[in-house]
Amino acid sequence: MPRQITIDPVTRIEGHAKITIQLDEAGNVDNVRFHVVEFRGFERFCEGRPFAEMPGITARICGICPVSHLLASAKACDRILSVDIPPAAEKLRRMMNLGQIIQSHALSFFHLSAPDFLLGWEQPPERRNLFGLVAAEPELARRGIRLRQFGQEVIETLGGRKIHPAWAVPGGVRNALTPAGRDALKARLPEAKESALMALERFKKVLSTHKQELQVFGNFPSLFLGLVTPNGTWEHYDGHLCVMDSVGNVICDFADPAQYGSIIGEAVETSSYLKSPYYKPLGYPGGMYRVGPLARLNIARQMGTPLADKELSHFKTLGCGAVNASFMYHYARLIEIVACIERLEGMLDDSDLLGTRLRADAGVNSLEGIGVSEAPRGTLFHHYNVDEKGVVRKVNLIIATGQNNLAMNRTVAQIARHYLTGSTISEPMLNRIEAGIRAFDPCLSCSTHADGRIALGVVLLDATGKVLDEANRL
Amino acid sequence: MAAKTLTIDGQLVSAEEGQTVLDAARDAGIHIPTLCHLNGIQDIGACRLCLVEITGSPKLLPACVTKVQEGMEVQTSSDRLRRYRRMILELLLAERNHVCSVCVSNGHCELQTLAAEHGIDHVRFEYLSPRLEVDLSHRLFGMDHNRCILCTRCVRACWHVEGAGTKNVAGRGIQSRIISDLNQPWGQSETCTACGKCVAACPTGALFNRGATVAEMQRDRTRLEYIVTAREKSQWIV
Repeated sequence: MPRQITIDPVTRIEGHAKITIQLDEAGNVDNVRFHVVEFRGFERFCEGRPFAEMPGITARICGICPVSHLLASAKACDRILSVDIPPAAEKLRRMMNLGQIIQSHALSFFHLSAPDFLLGWEQPPERRNLFGLVAAEPELARRGIRLRQFGQEVIETLGGRKIHPAWAVPGGVRNALTPAGRDALKARLPEAKESALMALERFKKVLSTHKQELQVFGNFPSLFLGLVTPNGTWEHYDGHLCVMDSVGNVICDFADPAQYGSIIGEAVETSSYLKSPYYKPLGYPGGMYRVGPLARLNIARQMGTPLADKELSHFKTLGCGAVNASFMYHYARLIEIVACIERLEGMLDDSDLLGTRLRADAGVNSLEGIGVSEAPRGTLFHHYNVDEKGVVRKVNLIIATGQNNLAMNRTVAQIARHYLTGSTISEPMLNRIEAGIRAFDPCLSCSTHADGRIALGVVLLDATGKVLDEANRL
Repeated sequence: MAAKTLTIDGQLVSAEEGQTVLDAARDAGIHIPTLCHLNGIQDIGACRLCLVEITGSPKLLPACVTKVQEGMEVQTSSDRLRRYRRMILELLLAERNHVCSVCVSNGHCELQTLAAEHGIDHVRFEYLSPRLEVDLSHRLFGMDHNRCILCTRCVRACWHVEGAGTKNVAGRGIQSRIISDLNQPWGQSETCTACGKCVAACPTGALFNRGATVAEMQRDRTRLEYIVTAREKSQWIV
């Protein structure tokens, strides 16, 4: 008899979602879907607002990665002003983004995902969480929490608050770094670096004992998309938009990421509020691609800082041309934390960061603005159309989590097929399926904004699971 | 000018003849909440936040337009007054779209400050959520009807301080809107002198400098009082 298993809610992710697993007559996995059940709608209600408000409004999309939206939005607004922002402002924006990546990655690794593979899949759920981690590995947990705090402090030092700073504005930023703020951050850098390296070493041990997870937690060929500098160095704020295939060939390299529209299409599924972007030349769903730490590290030839470069070369040995195992997102995340800390070390003494020319002033010089930057979870696109007065008329947001949607569905299906065939269903198995999602660190509150086009599918089942009726609201 | 003696909240207060209860209270350090009042601009008693109880009067009276009288007994705070003030503020918040977190006046808004002062952590009334436009046609300023509370401080500053007569109120009741000239885009107004007095007078984020981002609108409202005092009393008091 066909059966349906529902995991609702999916825990330890940012946002509300559920997973349904459809079993066939023989009890084998027939279909698995990852449904995002929350709706935010920013694309619609930003219409009619002055474009200068957009960074402040869109930062409110997310409490985990407000800086990512703030920066992508400010970059889109820079294009509407048609200005090059002062060099100091760009450096400061980059600095805040590094803090953002550190804190978000630390949250994903230590608070959300580490309990799975450090405590063990078989641990009861009430222990398999951050508190369990604190009990089992107090030093690592403490360092993880402090590492996230360090990232938050970078943001607070610049923006005045840890969450939702309205600091980046069209044309630049509001304030510079103060000498006191710089010194306070410098004092914390050694500890942060030590913590990140400790986590890296710990995770490498996990890799040696989790061969199966490497094989089945979303291990499949796909494209990878991300920003990279023209010479192939890891990038998080600007650069080329690059698409790589599953064996490491660059198949697309745009000097101007604003051309994204020619390669990214957006598909809508009836079962989820999450859009499914795909690589247009390969169609839907064949154009599935992944973004985020795994994609960025696959695309980058070097990180640009010594310790991170050393780790990257080790990372590259784990794949053939490109690393395809989604479980490696965790490893990539830790390498990026090290890279961010090293970059902060290298930039904090720059006197430009204390500068006073921080904001370019201009009117509406372009009716379209596209801002692209790397959020912790992947490439983030903010695309605005304004009228000649500067009132926003159309907003398109392409969020990292959406871009990973097809890959996340593929991942949950792969895990479910491997662990659920013909056997009894246990909580640790279901948790593995959730953990497959967690590897992508999805942020659902970030990613569900399309208006009208999103449809909700309703399926009416009888007691035996037979589909009686199906209605799709388009 | 003759002095009048009255009691406000039980405190004996001496005031000049012709002074309002609001001024007398403020001189005595007694706080009465206001929204449509702005020093230097004539009062109209519209917002009703400054209502006070006066012994012998069956009605509540607005302190901003009630003149002091000898022997008057004024009560500025009571359960009834607090209840009404809270209700007025909640109704203002429910009527249009006041989204403090993304507003240009966040942290510098009189409505927000008063709401916090009155412990408003939620609104009991259904939000009307009207669809209202933002007028960005002026080269320097913007008008966001979503944030407007129709206090008409901008209208009075425009007519009585600047003397341009650009700003006005059109419509009735809930349909009322602040307009420029004959209800045309602000940027097409022939009378506006772009002096910015209306923007300085605005208590919320309804009027703002173009390009202002979240929480950036900080206004110096004392400038209006300075201008009026200089003109009417030939006193240049900064």
